[in-house]
Parts: sequence; structure tokens; C-alpha cells
Amino acid sequence: MTKTLSLLAALALSLGVQFAAFANTIAPDALVKGVTDDVIAIVRQDKAIQSGDTRKAVELVETKVLPYFDFAHMTRLAVGKDWRQASPEQKAALTQEFKTLLVRTYSNALTQYRNQVIDFKPLKAKPEDTDVIVRTEVRQAGAKPVQIDYALDKQGDGWKVYDVMVAGVSLVTNYRDSFGQEVRAGGIDGLIKSLKDKNKQLETTVQAKK
Amino acid sequence: MMKNKKSKLQVRGLLRGIATVALGLGLTACASTGGHPKDPFEPLNRATFQFNEQADRFVIRPVAQVYDYVPLPVKTVVGNFFGNLGDVWIGVNNLLQGKVAEALSDGGRVLVNSTVGLFGVFDIATELGLEKHDEDLGQTLGVWGVGEGPFLVLPILGSSNFRDTLGLVGDLYADPVIQHKEVATRNSATGLRLVHKRSVLLGADTTAEQAALDKYSYMRSFYMQYRLNQVYDGSPPRVKDPDDEDARADEPAGPALAATGTTLPNLATKESQE
Repeated sequence: MTKTLSLLAALALSLGVQFAAFANTIAPDALVKGVTDDVIAIVRQDKAIQSGDTRKAVELVETKVLPYFDFAHMTRLAVGKDWRQASPEQKAALTQEFKTLLVRTYSNALTQYRNQVIDFKPLKAKPEDTDVIVRTEVRQAGAKPVQIDYALDKQGDGWKVYDVMVAGVSLVTNYRDSFGQEVRAGGIDGLIKSLKDKNKQLETTVQAKK
Repeated sequence: MMKNKKSKLQVRGLLRGIATVALGLGLTACASTGGHPKDPFEPLNRATFQFNEQADRFVIRPVAQVYDYVPLPVKTVVGNFFGNLGDVWIGVNNLLQGKVAEALSDGGRVLVNSTVGLFGVFDIATELGLEKHDEDLGQTLGVWGVGEGPFLVLPILGSSNFRDTLGLVGDLYADPVIQHKEVATRNSATGLRLVHKRSVLLGADTTAEQAALDKYSYMRSFYMQYRLNQVYDGSPPRVKDPDDEDARADEPAGPALAATGTTLPNLATKESQE
């Protein structure tokens, strides 16, 4: 009797554990919606971000958004075929600099948030899909809605964003032409240097504004 | 007689000049092997782009910045008014693309907004659920299968390509503002519309400026992706990147997965809070 009970208990426990593990895998559309809602709730309350405090916007993005982005994948996409010729150290440096550039420039967009409403379109994906697009639309008074799509892929049991498309324009592959130019002109190291210079220049303009 | 001869000479000189420029362009196009395959006129385009940048920096953008001080409700009215004028041609293009339901909706928009909306001042149609569309002849040609042709930067008007430039000529023929008979009204309306459109982009332009390593190729790539998305009405065919797959195959999953570790606890706590 006790044996059966303990067996049942063990079974229930393992099922429970499995269920918890299953629940950890939030659906990609729920993930995007959760993060977006979180961030907007904060921006709505934060007068500093609304009045153009880039540093605070960057901070918010780093804590709330970055964990759900796969920058190695984004950088690989942006660099394209030249990625193969980069050494592991160069890949790490490229990823680091590209991440800094993307976060700096696009965090600014948060400072321009003015009560726009974000609509989430129903996810068109099969349960077994490991690569999906979550479609959203930003609506604002007196203007056409802007389409923002997120590409996510499944890694282990979590989803990660690897591309963001605004009005159909990928913020990632939009860099491919200019990255290609840099690599042709100065090799992978030339590209790393250009990105570093760009980031330094942005850093000084942010400081000058303060 | 003399005059006639002189003008003939001038024409001949002009033709020779064009031929030289064309030849020069052809040569540079051949010479730049590393260039973008869809941008054979890159040197000319870059020059026009530079001119446009200066015109924007010193004239168009400052005017748009001043206009931006106009209270939002007034700007909304300006946008609505020109938007209503544009809806007719948008409807025609939807029809040309075989999208009858959309065309009818556009017709309904014009009807509602021109009457209840007081000559287009208020966008009542959107409130009623008739969504505004964005179509032009360039997109229609694209839907019909016309290739985009070489990339082209037009003076003042900016990024385009051969197909969209052809489309633009048609758009201008059908444009009620450009075709307006009274010159003074036509010119001021055209100017106001341009300034209004530019003011909408204030802010986005700073982002582009900050984001781009080379603004020219950034804008070029932007335009190509943007127009493709428009031709396919927001869902262009997804091509899985061959480069991406290649790169993934020979890459150890290390760096990408290393970052994953931190997200799982976050997600777990988020779950328990809800």
C-alpha cells in the first residue's frame, strides 16, 4: 500500500516536473507580447525616457529585451558569406560591436514612444516549427500602421529573436552590403575597426548631448 | 539660317556629351566588379545622393522642422486631406492588381471621407474600419511581374529604380495635386505635401544616420527591401538565407547557447508571477 502510494507520488512528481519544464517553453508570440508589454509599461511611466534620455533607454533594453535576442545569429546574418572566413576571436569581436551598435541606435526609438497601440497578429505556425515570424503592427492616430515583424528560432527549449523587420526591412540584413564593402576594403579586421569607430563616435555624441 | 546651324551644332554637342557620360557610366559599371549587381550606376547615384543629402540638410529638413511646430491636430488634417486625394489612385491600382475588395474599400473611403469627413479633413473611414492602403503604379507593375531594373537615385525624390521611376511618371499624370490647373495652388499644395511627408520622417532620419556605416548602401538596401515588401503587401516570400545555413553548419553552438542560460530562470519567474 505505502509502496503504491510512494510510486504514485513519484509519478505525480515527475509529471509535475515535466509539466513545469513544458510550461517554461513560452510560445514565441506570447514571448514577444510579454516583453513588448513589459517594456511599454515601463516607458509609459518613465518621464526621463520620454524626454529623450538615451542612456536610460539603453539600460531598459539591456535588462528587459537583450536576454531574448541571439546576437551571434544576428551578426552571422548581417555579415553573410564572409562570416566563414572569420576566426572565433573575430566572430566574438564582430558580435560584440554589432550588438553595441544595434542597441545604441534602436534604443533611441523608445524615447519616441507616444501612446501608440501595438496589435499582435495571430501566429501562423505549426506546433513542430522551429523558425517562426511573429507579426505585429504599431497603430497611431492619423498615420498608417507600421508593420514590425520578429523572426525567432527555437534553441533547446527557449525561443530567441534573430531578426527584426520594420515595414519589411530587416534591421540585420540591411547591413550586409556595407559590411561586404568593409570586408573587401580592409578584411574582417577592417570591418571590426569600422564598427568600433562608429560606436565610439556614437558614444561621444550621446555624451555631448547630455 | 545661321541660328538654325548653331542650334544644330548645340544639339550635336549635347548628344556627344550624353554619349560620353553614358560611355563613362558603362565603363565604370564594368570596372566596379565588387559593386552591387542591381546598382550599375552607383557612381552617378552616389553623386545624386550627396546632392540630395545637402539639399535635405540645408533646405528641406529645416523647413520640415519649422512645420513640425504646427499643432498635431492641424498636421493630422493636412495628412488626411492629401491622403483622401491619394485614395482614388490607390483604389485604381488595387483594381489593376486584381484586388477588388481592397479597391471597393478605397472607393468607400473616398466616398465617406469626402462627404461626412468634410472634403477629406477627417478620416472617418478608418474609424469605420476601412483601412488605408498604400499602392502606386510601381507596385502594380511589380505585381504584374515587371522586374525592378537598376537602382536609381532621383534628384530630391531619392531612392527609386527603373520600374518605380516609370511608375512614378504614371502616378504624376494621375495626381490631382500635380495636375491642378491653377499654378499657385498647385505649387503651394505640392510644397506643403512634400514638407508634410518629410516632417513625418523626422526622428527616423536620425536613427538611420546613427545606424548606418555607409548611409548610401544602407538607404539602398532599405529601399529594395521596403519596395519588395510593398509589392507583396506585407508578406514577401521568405527565402532561407543560404549563407546563414552554411555558416551555421561549421559553427560550434557555443557563443549562442552560452547566453541562453540566463533566460530560462527569467522566463520561469515570469510564469510564476502571472
